[in-house]
Amino acid sequence: MKQLELPPSRSPSARRPLLSRSLFNAMLALLLASGAGCKKTESEAAPGATGSASAASSAPLTVGFVYVGSRSDYGYNQAHAKAASQLQGVKLREEENVPETVAVQKTMESMINLDGAKVLFPTSFGYFDPHILALANKYPDVSFLHCGGLYSEGKHPKNVGSYFGYIDEAEYVAGIVAGSTTKTKKLGFIAAKPIPQVLRNINAYTLGARSVDPTVTVSVIFTGDWSLPVKEAEAANSLVDQGVDVLTAHVDSPKVVIESAERRGVFSTGYHASQAELAPKGYLTGAEWNWEKVYSAYIDKIKKGEPWEHLVRGGIKEGFVKLSPYGEPVAEETKKKADAAKAGLEAGTLVIFKGPLSSNDGKQILAAGESRGQTDIELEKMSYLVEGVKGAIE
Amino acid sequence: MTASAPLALEPPGKSWAQRILPAALRWCEGLLPTLMALGITVLAFGAFVALAGHNPLEVYAEMYRGAFGTWFSFQNSLLRAAPLMLTGLCTALPARLGLMVIGGEGALVVGGMAAAASAAALRGAPPSLVIAGMMLGSMLAGGVWIGAAGALRALRGVNETIGSLLLSYIGIALFNHLVEGPFRDPASLNKPSTPPIGEANMLGNLPGLDVHVGLAFGILACIACHVLMEHTVFGFSARVVGGNPRAARLSGLRVPSLIIITCAIAGSAAGLAGMVEVAAIHGNANASLMAGYGYAGILVAFLARHNTIAILPVALLLGGINASGGLLQRTFGLPDAAVSVLQGIAFVVLLASETYRGRLRLSRAPS
Repeated sequence: MKQLELPPSRSPSARRPLLSRSLFNAMLALLLASGAGCKKTESEAAPGATGSASAASSAPLTVGFVYVGSRSDYGYNQAHAKAASQLQGVKLREEENVPETVAVQKTMESMINLDGAKVLFPTSFGYFDPHILALANKYPDVSFLHCGGLYSEGKHPKNVGSYFGYIDEAEYVAGIVAGSTTKTKKLGFIAAKPIPQVLRNINAYTLGARSVDPTVTVSVIFTGDWSLPVKEAEAANSLVDQGVDVLTAHVDSPKVVIESAERRGVFSTGYHASQAELAPKGYLTGAEWNWEKVYSAYIDKIKKGEPWEHLVRGGIKEGFVKLSPYGEPVAEETKKKADAAKAGLEAGTLVIFKGPLSSNDGKQILAAGESRGQTDIELEKMSYLVEGVKGAIE
Repeated sequence: MTASAPLALEPPGKSWAQRILPAALRWCEGLLPTLMALGITVLAFGAFVALAGHNPLEVYAEMYRGAFGTWFSFQNSLLRAAPLMLTGLCTALPARLGLMVIGGEGALVVGGMAAAASAAALRGAPPSLVIAGMMLGSMLAGGVWIGAAGALRALRGVNETIGSLLLSYIGIALFNHLVEGPFRDPASLNKPSTPPIGEANMLGNLPGLDVHVGLAFGILACIACHVLMEHTVFGFSARVVGGNPRAARLSGLRVPSLIIITCAIAGSAAGLAGMVEVAAIHGNANASLMAGYGYAGILVAFLARHNTIAILPVALLLGGINASGGLLQRTFGLPDAAVSVLQGIAFVVLLASETYRGRLRLSRAPS
């Protein structure tokens, strides 16, 4: 069969030199093309290069970080990468854009087998089950420290730890700033998915805003996934068109939302990391992770050979989360209100979720006098939007 | 078809070497454009790496170490190649009929969803039955998905490229709706997933390997499709359609059913890839299934020139490149996109090298 398909009339005149001129030209063009695209890549590569350069000290602990997106996303991954870059006296190995598939298992295994990593920080929520659990059983000498707070005693391997922060505290304070600054009394929140963690942030933000002005509303748009820049930009523009004048987001990278807000001349509050430099005019403040503190604490303990805690959580008081420095448009009076709330959260006197509290579809969540403290496990099953939020969970 | 005449007329009585050598040379000629393209890719990416401030030789050595250099690395590459074999078939098979199907991602996710649903429907049944049910369900769902694109093409004249792509979006939307709505496991709080299929029903590893059974599925599927396409009447008919659909119709072939059946087989391969993701890795269906395997399969099929056996080495090569990508990031601080640059260069150069197919000769042309 195969031979029947041979081109029927390849006359000897069709013979050509092995490397003809046109092929050579094509190769040259490709070389040039790849050279032209190179400048940008080089500068992108710079942050990673500093990591391997610090590996000079004698036999340091090798620590691997795995990110689900880009290390310079102005968001979730950057918050982790920044903390990683500040670790002292370790050999840092980082890998970005690792999907939550078997790829992350192999990345971790590769870090263990080829780089000699003893501590791994796989930072995406979705890495935990089944990926980290599968490898933790296979490599009992390696410590797997995961961001998400999913560890449960007795059920999960001993070499696994999980940490998370009560970032709704910072969202509450950011809500106070947004609610005090808005002129139209309409805030906009662009969120990925209606899961408990996201709902808690939206609700805390709304409660913060309405604590200073009960007429403020928060319009929510769910985009459906963690990184959909086009949808996020569309949602931002649509919200501004509806009269919203402060935008915030809970997606992997709020970059697009913050930039869109700045372009449209409205205010914004950030999330995950500081986006202040993206919006010098309109950036009010933002809820940021402060993983530096968590990571250095873990590494110190591991270096000294001390046992570390399997489940670590904290909020503003513990330094797990923080607020971006106030932007220029924030009034002095607003700063005072926000600082007072921050002090209340630090002292434990301010409770975000307390009665009377009802959902935006009229159901009572907490009766007057009831309250749910920060560590209350019920808050982690949140499935409602509080009164004042415009939007619905499908 | 008279072209076969000179081959058939080779004078008898030639020695073994005289007969084998020209055939071997011809076989090498077929590989030559591909090898040259790979060589050019290596040079071009080397230049790219050099401009990024690294020694290309060191980078290639590290890539080799990360992809094939150690037993761990080789298994890593095999594991990453497994889904690409199945999704590669999703594009390669219809291409033999001259159809450009790019909706493998959609077939993969509906296949994964069907696998999770089958496991839920067969709860309590013995594992072998559940696994068989998941395989059947996923292949059926994927087959219906791409089969529908084929049917739209064959019966209604809808462009199959656009049709399969749009069906892919619909499949993903349906998948998300089910995972976050009616079929969501209430216990999956912050990562919406379907209920777990159960530890007992998971696909294990191949004996002696740290690679799941999905690799065997991929290899067997590629071989089966090769036999189907090259050694059966069905495959011959399909290739006739690929050569000239009108001529095929005139010679009495049932072109629409050939198209629909081939597309359905292609889709079931991608659907099976979804089942492998669910049953060998995640243990449930969730958004992590959409990792781009379906789209990477298009690249695999093109690099393999839609030859179902060639998919195997190509998938392994791409699996190796992906496996070594992480090491490039970690050792040299190259951005993740470096691997995409390499794949992009390879893709463009290989497609361009097609122009040279049949023009590069090692042996003398038969006179």
